[in-house]
Amino acid sequence: MSSTTAITPVLECKNVNISYYTRSGEVPAVIDFNLTLMPGESIGIVGESGCGKSTVALAIMNYMGKNGRVKSGQILFNGRDLQKMGDEELRRIRGSQISMVYQEPMASLNPSMKIGEQLIEVPLYHENVSEAEAAQRAKDMLAAVRLPDPQRIMDSYPHQISGGQQQRVVIAMALLSKPALLLLDEPTTALDVTVEAGIVQLIKDISKQFGTSMIYISHNLGLILETCDRITVMYSGEAVETGSVQTVFNEMRHPYTRGLFASIPLPGSNKNSRPLVPIRGQLPLPQNRPQGCYFGPRCDFFQAGRCDSKTGVHMQLVPNEERHDVRCVRFAEIDWANHRPVGLSGEQAEIGKVVLEVNHMKKYYTLKDSSMMALIKGKKVQYVKANEDINLIAHEAETVAIVGESGCGKSTFAKVLMGLEEATSGEVKLNSVDISQLPVEQRKAQMVSLLQMVFQNPFDTLNPSHTVGSQIARVIKKFGIEQDPDKINQRVMELLDLVKLPRDFARRRPRQLSGGQKQRIGIARAFAGRPALVVADEPVSALDVSVQAAVTGLLTDIQRNLKTTLLFISHDLSVVRYVSDRIVVMYLGRIMEQGTTDEIFNPPYHPYTEALLSAIPIADTSVKKRHIVLEGELPSPVNPPSGCPFQTRCPRKVGALCETQMPPLQQTETGHAILCHIPLSELSKVEQVIQVDAA
Amino acid sequence: MTDSVKFDNELPAKRESRVKRFFKVLALMRESPVGMIGLLIILFWVVMAILAPFLPLYDPNAIMAPFQKIGAHAPDGGTFWLGTDHKGRDILSRIIWGAQKVLVWATFATFVAYVVGMMMGVLAGYKGGWADEIVSFIANIFLSFPFIILCIIIVATLGASGWTVVVAVTFASAPQIMRIVRGLVLDLKTRDYIFAAQTRGETPWYIMLVELLPNARGPLIVDACLRLGYTVVAIATLGFLGLGLPPPDPDWGLMLKEAVPLGAFAGHTMYLPAAALASLILGFNLLADGLREISLRD
Repeated sequence: MSSTTAITPVLECKNVNISYYTRSGEVPAVIDFNLTLMPGESIGIVGESGCGKSTVALAIMNYMGKNGRVKSGQILFNGRDLQKMGDEELRRIRGSQISMVYQEPMASLNPSMKIGEQLIEVPLYHENVSEAEAAQRAKDMLAAVRLPDPQRIMDSYPHQISGGQQQRVVIAMALLSKPALLLLDEPTTALDVTVEAGIVQLIKDISKQFGTSMIYISHNLGLILETCDRITVMYSGEAVETGSVQTVFNEMRHPYTRGLFASIPLPGSNKNSRPLVPIRGQLPLPQNRPQGCYFGPRCDFFQAGRCDSKTGVHMQLVPNEERHDVRCVRFAEIDWANHRPVGLSGEQAEIGKVVLEVNHMKKYYTLKDSSMMALIKGKKVQYVKANEDINLIAHEAETVAIVGESGCGKSTFAKVLMGLEEATSGEVKLNSVDISQLPVEQRKAQMVSLLQMVFQNPFDTLNPSHTVGSQIARVIKKFGIEQDPDKINQRVMELLDLVKLPRDFARRRPRQLSGGQKQRIGIARAFAGRPALVVADEPVSALDVSVQAAVTGLLTDIQRNLKTTLLFISHDLSVVRYVSDRIVVMYLGRIMEQGTTDEIFNPPYHPYTEALLSAIPIADTSVKKRHIVLEGELPSPVNPPSGCPFQTRCPRKVGALCETQMPPLQQTETGHAILCHIPLSELSKVEQVIQVDAA
Repeated sequence: MTDSVKFDNELPAKRESRVKRFFKVLALMRESPVGMIGLLIILFWVVMAILAPFLPLYDPNAIMAPFQKIGAHAPDGGTFWLGTDHKGRDILSRIIWGAQKVLVWATFATFVAYVVGMMMGVLAGYKGGWADEIVSFIANIFLSFPFIILCIIIVATLGASGWTVVVAVTFASAPQIMRIVRGLVLDLKTRDYIFAAQTRGETPWYIMLVELLPNARGPLIVDACLRLGYTVVAIATLGFLGLGLPPPDPDWGLMLKEAVPLGAFAGHTMYLPAAALASLILGFNLLADGLREISLRD
C-alpha cells in the first residue's frame, strides 16, 4: 500500500454502509464497503442481482432517492468527502467530473431533442465555451466513439438510430465533460453480442485514450476480464474479494468466487464429462442474512463456531500479495489445489430416431405499405422474410441450439413450431406428421403435449394469480394425462420432485418464488405432458450466474432421463457450447451455418460465426481470442441486403459477387453446412478464434 | 378451473391465509391516513344501512300529523333529532333508509357495469382486429352521449325504477371500464404465461377469463372504488331530476329535489341529505386515493 499513498486516489470508499428505509424497516444494502480507485485505473464490480453493486454506483453519484442513505463511512472523490458537499457543488461535480452510463440508452436520452442539441448542452453547461466550439467538440467526440457520419447522428433524434449507436452516443455524452471518473452500470446488457463486442472494445480504448478512471458494474465475469484492471466481487451487500484481475481470476481465494467460476461455462466444460457445479441454495434476502459470513449456508467450507461468529467476518489482506483482500476466515487454510468440485455428470444418452424435420420452411409476414411511393409504384404489400429456407433435423435425446442475434428469426421459427403462426411454405414434421400449416387450436391434445416450451423471462412465465400447483395441474388435465383429481395431484408432486423443489411449493404463488425456482416450475410445466420436443427460448439468460448452472444442469438431466429432444434458442454461445450437440447459426432469417458443436467452434467457420465466436466474453485468462469487431449495424429484415444477407458487415467479403448472388450451401459429408461464396478449403485455413493455452 | 379449486381444497392453510390477507390489507391501510378516513366514512354508512331495520327509527314514509305543515320542523334535539321534512316525515330515518337504498343500488349498478365493461374490454384487448374495432366503436357511441340525455332516453323507454338506474349507469360506465381493461389486457397478453396457455391449446375464453382478468384486478379495484362514488352521484342526480328511484321511498337525490323549493325557510331539509351524499362520495374518493397510494408504494 505504501507505494500508492503518494498519489490521491480518484475515488475512495471507506467503510461505507448504505441502507434503504422501507415500511418493513431498515434494509442494509451495502455493508462495510471499501474501494480505492487510482487515476487511470478501472475497477470491475461483479455480483449477482441484489448484491448491492448498483447501490454503490448510485451512492457515488449521490442519487440514492428518498429512502436510501449512506449510513456511515466516507466516499472521497479526489480526497474530498462527497457527503459533506452542498447540493450546488454536487451538481457541478456530477456530469462534469463524474459521469454515469446506464444499461438502457433510451433512458438517458431525451426522445424529443436532437442528439446534437443534447450533446452541445454538456460543454455549454459545465464550461464557458461558445456554441460553435461546443458543437465541434460534440462532433469530435461522436467520431471518437466511432460513430459513422457524426453530422448525420447530430441531426437525428434518438429513436432514429440503433440501440448500439444510442449507447455510443450516451458514452460520448458522458465523456464530453472530460470526467475524472466514469461509472458504467451494465452498459452492454441490452445489446446484441456483436454490438456488445464493439462497445467493449470502445470502453477499453477510452481508458487508454482519455486516462479516465472507470468503475464497470456487470454480472458477467468475462466482460470484466476484458475491460478492467482490478475486480471487486460482491455477495449479499459485501465485497468478498478484491484484487487485480489477474490474481482474482487465477488465484481466487474466496469460496464464493470459486463457486462463481465453477458455475459458468468455460471452454473445456462439458455437460456430460465435466459438468458445471452450481452453488447450492440461494442468495439470502437482506432482511434475513445469516450471522457471521453471509455465504456460510451455501459454502462447502463452513465451520460452525468460526464462520458464524457474532463479530462478523472482515476483509483481510492476503499475505505476500499486493492489494488482494478476501473476506473469509478460512482462506489461508483451504487447500484449493486438491479441491475439485464435482458436478452431476452422466452418460450422453443415445441419440435416437428423427423427431423433428424441417424442410425448406419459409415464414413471411406481410406489411401493408401505404406510403405515396408505394401507391405510385403499385407495390402495396411488402414482405418481412422472417424465416427463409430453413432446413434442420433434430433426433431423440439430442440438443440442437439455434443461435443468432435479435431479428435473426429464431423466435419466429419457435412460433411456427408451436403453432402460433403458420408457415408460408415448406414442411415442419414432428414424428413424421406435417404441422407447418396446423395452428395450435387445430392440433390434437396429444400432438400439443408432444411439443412444449420453456420461456425466457422467469417473472413472466407463471401466472401471478394462480398457485404453482394449479398451474401444473391444469397442463396435466388439459393434455388428458390424468383425469382423477388425486392422480393429478400425485403427478404434480412427482413433477416437483423432478425439478428438485419441495412438494409444498404447490401451494405457493409465483411471487413467493425466486427467479430460478420459477424457471424450474416453468420446466416442470413443460415436461408435464411428457413431450417429445421441448423448445427452450433463452431459458437461463435472465437468471443469475450461480442459478444458471443449476437450471441448465436440471434441464440436461431431465433430458437425459426422458430422452427428450431439446431445441435450445439462445444468443449466448458459451451456454450453447456447453449444452448442445448440434448448433444452427441464423442471421436475418437464414441459416448461415450448421453442424456439430465441434464443427461450429473449429474452422472452417462462416465469417459470421467467426465474428460471433470472437464476441463471446470468456472469463478465463488462459484463453486467447482473435478480436473481430463487425462494422455497421444489423440490417432490417424488411429490407435485407441483396445477395448474401451478411455482405454489409462481412469482414471477408469477396467483392461484387457477394452483393449480387446468394451464396451456395457448401456441405461436408458429416453434414456441416456453410452458406458462403468462399470455398470450404479456404475457410479451413482460418486460424482458431478461441485458443486455450495448454498451461 | 374446477381442478384448481379442488387442488386448493386439499390445503388446510388456505382459508386462514385469506383471512390473514384481509387483515394484512387493513394493516397496510393504516399507512395511508387519507384512505383510512375514507374507509371509516364508508363503514359508517354501511353499518347504518345494515342496521336500519333494527334501529328505533320512525317509519321513513310515515307522516307525523302535527308537524305536517309547510316550513317543516327544524331539529330541536327532541323527538326528531334531525327534524322533519315538509310532509312531516322524520329526516334521520329517511337519511338512514336512503343510505341503504343508495348503497345497494350503487353497488349493484357498478357491479353490472363492471361485468359488461370487463367482458367488452378483455374481448377487444385480447382478440384485437375486428372485435376491437366493433367493441371500441360501440363504446365510443355511448361515450359521445351526454349522461343525462342518455338517462332520459332510457327512462323514457323503461320507466323509472331501480333497474333503470342500473341500465343507465351501465351504459355510461361500461365503455370507460372497457377502455381501462382493454389497455391492461393489451399489456398483459404479451406475457409468457399467455403464450404458455396458447401453446397448450387453451380456448380464448379460458385465457381471457382465467389467465388475463385476474391479473388486471389491481388497477381495477382502485377504479371500482372511484366508480362507486360516481355511481352514487349518478343515482342522486337521477333522483334529483325525478328519473331515479320512484317516490315515496327515501332517496337522497329525491329528498334534495323536494327540499330545494323550501330551501329559504327550511334549510335543514336540504343541507342534511346533501351532507350525507357528499360524505359518502368523499369516502369513496378518499378510499380510492388511499388504495392507489398503497399500491404505488410497494
